[in-house]
Amino acid sequence: MNWKTGAATAAMAILAFTGSAAAEGELNIFNWGDYTNPELIKKFEAAHNVKVTVTDYDSNDTALAKVRAGGHGFDIVVPSANYVPIWVKEGLLLEARPDQMENFKNVDERWVNVHWDEGRHYTVPWQWGLSGIGVNTKVYGGDINTSAIFLDPPAELVGKINVEPEMTDVLFATIKYFGGDWCTEDKELLKKVRDKLLEAKPKWLAMDYSVTEKLPAGDYAAVYYWNGAILRSRIKNPDIKFGYPKEGYPLFMDSVAILKDAKNPENAKLFMNFIMDPENAALISAFAKYSNGIKGSDAFLPADMKDAPELTAPAEFEKAGEFLTTCSPETSALYTRIWTDINK
Amino acid sequence: MATAAETARQGETETIRRRWLLSAPALVIIFVAAVGPLFVMLAYSFMARGDYGDVKFGQFSLDGWFSVFFQRDIFDDTVTLADAHLSILWRSLRLSLITTVLTLILGFPTAYFIATRPRHTREIWVFLVTIPFWTNLLIRTFAMQQVIRNEGVINTLLRALGIIDQPLQIMYTDWAILFGMVYVYLPLMVLPLYASMEKLDFRLIEAGYDLYAGRLSVLWRIVIPLVKPGVIAGSILVFIPSLGAYVIPRVLGGGKNLMLGNLIEMQFGSGRNWPLGAAISITLMVLVMVALLFYVRNASKSGAQHG
Repeated sequence: MNWKTGAATAAMAILAFTGSAAAEGELNIFNWGDYTNPELIKKFEAAHNVKVTVTDYDSNDTALAKVRAGGHGFDIVVPSANYVPIWVKEGLLLEARPDQMENFKNVDERWVNVHWDEGRHYTVPWQWGLSGIGVNTKVYGGDINTSAIFLDPPAELVGKINVEPEMTDVLFATIKYFGGDWCTEDKELLKKVRDKLLEAKPKWLAMDYSVTEKLPAGDYAAVYYWNGAILRSRIKNPDIKFGYPKEGYPLFMDSVAILKDAKNPENAKLFMNFIMDPENAALISAFAKYSNGIKGSDAFLPADMKDAPELTAPAEFEKAGEFLTTCSPETSALYTRIWTDINK
Repeated sequence: MATAAETARQGETETIRRRWLLSAPALVIIFVAAVGPLFVMLAYSFMARGDYGDVKFGQFSLDGWFSVFFQRDIFDDTVTLADAHLSILWRSLRLSLITTVLTLILGFPTAYFIATRPRHTREIWVFLVTIPFWTNLLIRTFAMQQVIRNEGVINTLLRALGIIDQPLQIMYTDWAILFGMVYVYLPLMVLPLYASMEKLDFRLIEAGYDLYAGRLSVLWRIVIPLVKPGVIAGSILVFIPSLGAYVIPRVLGGGKNLMLGNLIEMQFGSGRNWPLGAAISITLMVLVMVALLFYVRNASKSGAQHG
């Protein structure tokens, strides 16, 4: 075989390979790390004969920056509620009209007319939850339904606290701690917020992820973190208890959206419809341990999630939960400067 | 009709042209992939920041550079030195310098040990030094976390031996970052030191002893001056990556003790201030350049001294 036939064979092999790959279909999902149930993906692949690739990101800003840079090759992204309007405004999302899909009837009414996507023209619910307090009750036995656990920590917890490195959630809890409202530009209040965080930060051990491993193992004695991760920690170590900060805590919902420049928009729509099925939505929750917003999925949830105190707020604390809205660019620039000040 | 000299000159230009031609691909890669992005970064650092990351093209602004060194107080608009950035810069410089000194203290005897082994076993020792490079940096950093965490190897061992009863908090401190950097960058110190020491003429040491020099005096006045290029090369190789370290402070420092690399990443991520990120990157590069110039000057000086 001379080099010409060799090259021709190689070219044909490549054509055949890519050809068959396209025929089977692909779907590229860009989602938060440690958030996608592999069983859900397997089930979807089997049901629709599509090859799914999941890529991780660790913050809304990372995801936004990567997609805006172009050439990413992703079809689906899962931004948080306060970021969805930015994605829409920047023209990055496809108006996929999930509200006209077959399984949309399963979406809980509470999650249909949401402020970030009225009537759900762009996104479908993935998971929702809140940032709260997780405490190892062997180390500290006092009241844990307060942000004071990480803002004015009791002596037992000093130097053993981990706080999620998410600017908006931390600032939200601190602003609420001083009785302010989210997106406030009240300088006097914000000054108190900054000074309090500057004072509290030396009493923290870390601002990191991987709580599901380090909280049960005893590396951290208290965290301000997302409820699903604290639930996962509690399953591993029953001494962990969950607290709802009575001063106010942020709710989040991450929603599945299709990118405007998606290469496989049809498969992405199939996926949207697929996850609105209660049984599949339960698979999402079974992995990361957050609620999903699909009616009837409770019946399919694993036993350790039913009646979990981390997922259902007691009536007295329910009102304290609030969704973050998107602040104006000026306000968010102000908040970023406070955050940089704290992170020096 | 060409004379012999002309033919020779022609041959020479031919060779030179061929050399340029052959190095063209490498030059193109360097210019396109290294110098190009550098200019993009420089340009970005002089633009206005976009609302959600990125920059506003064509809008000139000095805000990025201004905020590298100064800050306007959030609450009363007074301008002060940016102590947030300066304290991060100071931490980076301090940790990098300590790392360099520690690797030098650990690496020097190691390199000396290897250089004084019989020739055929030296290769084995050098080979052993390179073994850590077989594993990805990220994996090694996470492995180190298992060693120093509260329920990790060191604490479990110390507690089993009854030396301590409460775990030592090593994770998430500057000590953890130092420990990580010394471990990771030690081979980068040992290898150039060894390269210098291998060439060392050990008869000079014997001569020193013959002339009644003590051990310290031999070390200070004979060995160190002769292996100085290795010391400088090793220090530069350790100092520069330490200054820009990202993974180690991120994983072992717990995201609380930022270094320059993390500060830059933050500006491109949740800080949404790309011009500032670009300006800090360039500042970091200038620092590295200064370190390199220092190296080149010293290297040429010692080159002149020892011929």
